[in-house]
Amino acid sequence: MSVVFAGDPVIPNFGQGSACERNNGWFCTDWLHAHWGDTLQPALVQHIELSLIAIGIGLAIASALALVGFRYRLLDAPIGVLADFLYTIPSLALFQLLVPFTGLTVTTVEIALVSYTLLILYRNMIAGLDAVPADTLEAARGTGLTRVQTFTRVELPLALPTIIAGLRIATVSTVSIATVAAFVIPQGLGRPIFIALDQNIFKTEILASGLLVIALALFADALLVLGQRLLTPWTRVA
Amino acid sequence: MPTSAAEVVFDKATKLYPGRPEPAVDDLSLTVPAGEICVLVGPSGSGKTTALKLVNRLIYLTEGEIRIDGTKIYDLDVTELRRSIGYVIQQVGLFPHMTVEANVGTVPRLLGWPKQRIRERSAELLELVGLDPAQDGARYPAQLSGGQQQRVGLARALAANPPLMLMDEPFGAIDPIVRARLQDEFLRLQQELRKTVLFVTHDIDEAIKIGDRIAIFRQGGKLAQYDTPEAILRRPIDDFVAEFVGADRALKALALRTLGELELGPPRDGPRATKDTTLRDALALLIDEHADIVAVTDADGAVVGSVTRDDLLQ
Ligand SMILES: Nc1ncnc2c1ncn2[C@@H]1O[C@H](COP(=O)(O)OP(=O)(O)O)[C@@H](O)[C@H]1O
Ligand SMILES: [Mg+2]
Repeated sequence: MSVVFAGDPVIPNFGQGSACERNNGWFCTDWLHAHWGDTLQPALVQHIELSLIAIGIGLAIASALALVGFRYRLLDAPIGVLADFLYTIPSLALFQLLVPFTGLTVTTVEIALVSYTLLILYRNMIAGLDAVPADTLEAARGTGLTRVQTFTRVELPLALPTIIAGLRIATVSTVSIATVAAFVIPQGLGRPIFIALDQNIFKTEILASGLLVIALALFADALLVLGQRLLTPWTRVA
Repeated sequence: MPTSAAEVVFDKATKLYPGRPEPAVDDLSLTVPAGEICVLVGPSGSGKTTALKLVNRLIYLTEGEIRIDGTKIYDLDVTELRRSIGYVIQQVGLFPHMTVEANVGTVPRLLGWPKQRIRERSAELLELVGLDPAQDGARYPAQLSGGQQQRVGLARALAANPPLMLMDEPFGAIDPIVRARLQDEFLRLQQELRKTVLFVTHDIDEAIKIGDRIAIFRQGGKLAQYDTPEAILRRPIDDFVAEFVGADRALKALALRTLGELELGPPRDGPRATKDTTLRDALALLIDEHADIVAVTDADGAVVGSVTRDDLLQ
């Protein structure tokens, strides 16, 4: 495990602080005060960056794939199988597989994170688009909407709730998996956890970092719920 | 509101679905005069829906021709053709994510009308179909009853004032009381709008009530008879039509005319009925009252003449 921290200065702080720290307490507030600025906050910001980039790229790729899979139904199954396959590789194994090619870099981390978003995003996009009622589509055609207009004005908006549902799952799992990025690069909330594990398992640091991961996931999820309520007002009536 | 209507001509129109030996519409020739309601009626699977969708090219014509005001529909741009035809279906197919007002404004928006004009037009139409623009306009379809949704569907189809309306069992999924009311309101609207309407139903009573002309289809997409309701009831062309219109066709024919349309005899005593009573209801009255003569009154109740049982059954 120490391999992944190569070249990364380790500053031991366990055993030199307060009584709470010396006793490896669960929630040493003085440690939190002292290290929010130099440890937790930067890790949180990196974690947000890693997750945002992964979700952004994942969304773009999944959208492109969904356009293809929706338009050319024959390609839906192969695309789905590919996304399935990527999803089933354990994250640690995927990092291991990628390191020889892309090294201990952000690229490695993002490739892995993006891979995990694709299945859920793609499947939900297709499911949402497929679920548009046949009579709505017939009315759209009969009313004189072109193929493109039908897609942008009817199918896409009606698929939004399902697409956003997929985005919520993808976001929460990306935030969670991004913790493992610390195996590859010294970034994200996984890093303080690994450091603490290395230092006689310093409980406060592990707990604080873990709670931040959970809080970040819940916050992102809440933002998406809010976004959905604003974007799809019709789902809240009747 | 300007009135406009188009003549529709089916000229040896045939539709063969791929992989099916029998045509769904077989050599259909039919002229619907501008401004009239033509009801396509027949058993399930007789090709009514197919015939209707041939007109707005939701289904591709295999052989023959369809012309609207003399222009072959395949000479027109398909989206323009569809935007110039009002289309109403049984499942309504309102856009669930748009407000009622936005639904009604669909075609005007596609045609690029200015926003203000679209809003005014939506309000005007909602009122016309008996909804409240201020209240119902901001609602979503899911917040409306089935009858209200169908009214919105009708308003949406009328939005750009199309000369032709295609209606596929528009009142089919609605309970009988509301259906009767929608039929009445539709007829009242038509008095005003005078559109050409192709109206599909499998309900012969609805066909008789709504249609200026009725086209009866039989299995295999063949036109069995095309005539006025009265002629179809009085002179069904064959056993199929006679059976389809029902054993009570003589009574149905009586329901088509009112006492006011008969030559009245001199005022006499008897159970009273106003001039706009149908012959059928007048006969029911005679049977009820064990009488032979109806005293016909005007709207104020003054007796203006009489009709005998024999007159009714003429
Ligand atoms: N898309 C289709 N493909 C193949 N056959 C069809 C299709 N639509 C309708 N049919 C067949 O065409 C015939 C007429 O159908 P339809 O026009 O829907 O009749 P109706 O509206 O009078 O009930 C039926 O036998 C039906 O099964
Ligand atoms: Mg039908």
